[in-house]
Amino acid sequence: MKIRIFPTIVFILFVIIFILFFKGLKNSNIYVPKANINKEIPSFKAKLFESSEEISSEEIFKEDKFYLMNIWSSWCVPCREEHNFLENLSTEKNLDLIGLNYKDDNESAKNFLKKLGNPYDIIFLDPKGIIAIDWGAYGVPETYLIKNNMIVKKIIGPLNKNLVLEIKEIIR
Amino acid sequence: MRYLRYILLSFFLFNFNSSYAQQNDLEIKITKNLRCLVCQGQSVYDSDTEFANSLKILVRKKLDEGLSEKQIYIYLKDRYGEWILFDPEFGKNTYFLWLMPVLFFVIGGLVIFKLFIIRKN
Repeated sequence: MKIRIFPTIVFILFVIIFILFFKGLKNSNIYVPKANINKEIPSFKAKLFESSEEISSEEIFKEDKFYLMNIWSSWCVPCREEHNFLENLSTEKNLDLIGLNYKDDNESAKNFLKKLGNPYDIIFLDPKGIIAIDWGAYGVPETYLIKNNMIVKKIIGPLNKNLVLEIKEIIR
Repeated sequence: MRYLRYILLSFFLFNFNSSYAQQNDLEIKITKNLRCLVCQGQSVYDSDTEFANSLKILVRKKLDEGLSEKQIYIYLKDRYGEWILFDPEFGKNTYFLWLMPVLFFVIGGLVIFKLFIIRKN
C-alpha cells in the first residue's frame, strides 16, 4: 500500500497539469489592447497651441458636456485621413473638440490646420508625449469621447464613417 | 583645514556622481522590464519608437519626482494593463506560472528521495 500512494499522486498531478496546458492551447494568443473605458480622465497641465499659455485640464473639461479629445500630429498620415470626419463632428452642437498636438513642430502643425481646416475648439501641446501616456495612448491618431470627466469611448487609430455615426448616436 | 575642505568637496562630488549612476541604473532596469507596446518583442529600452521614447522620458520624470520602481509599474499597469510588464507579477492569473518550478523541484526531490534513500534502507 505504501508503494502505491506516491505514483498515484504524481499521476494525478501530471493529469492536472496536462489538462491545464491542453485547455491553454485553445486560448487566443492574439493581443488586443485594452480599451480603458469608464475611467476617469487624468489631470494635467499643458501649453495651449495658439498662445502657449498654460492651462489645466480642469479648465478644459467641464461636467455635463461631451468632449471629443483627438490626439493628432501633422506628420501622421492617418490623421490626414480622419480630418474630414473631425470636421464633420465639429458641426455637432453638444460636442466640443479638443486637440492634443502630439510631438509636433509648431510651424508644420499650423500649416496642417491652414490647409485642411481647424475642427478643434481648443488645442494643447504635448511635445514630449507624456500627456498622451497619461491618457494611456499608444500613438497617433487616438480619440476619446468624454463626459463628466469619464472616458465613455476610446478609439485607437483613425476615425471612420461607422465610428462617426456611433459617436453621434451616443451624444444624442 | 584646507585639505579637509578638498576632501569634503571630493567626497560630495563622488557621492553625487554615484547617486546619479544609481538612478540611471534603475531607469535602465525599469525600461528593460517594460514592453514596447507598438513594437514586436522589444523592450522600451531597446526600442526607438515615439511611444518608447516618451516612456523613457516619463520613467525619468517619475523617478525624479521620487516614485519607486513599484509605483511606476502600478502607474503604467493602470493605463496599459499587465501586458506592459515583461516580468509578470504574482496574482490569480500567474500563480501557476510562479509555483510550477517549485512544484517540479519538490516532485523531483521526492523521486530522488524515494529512489535512493528509502530503497537503500
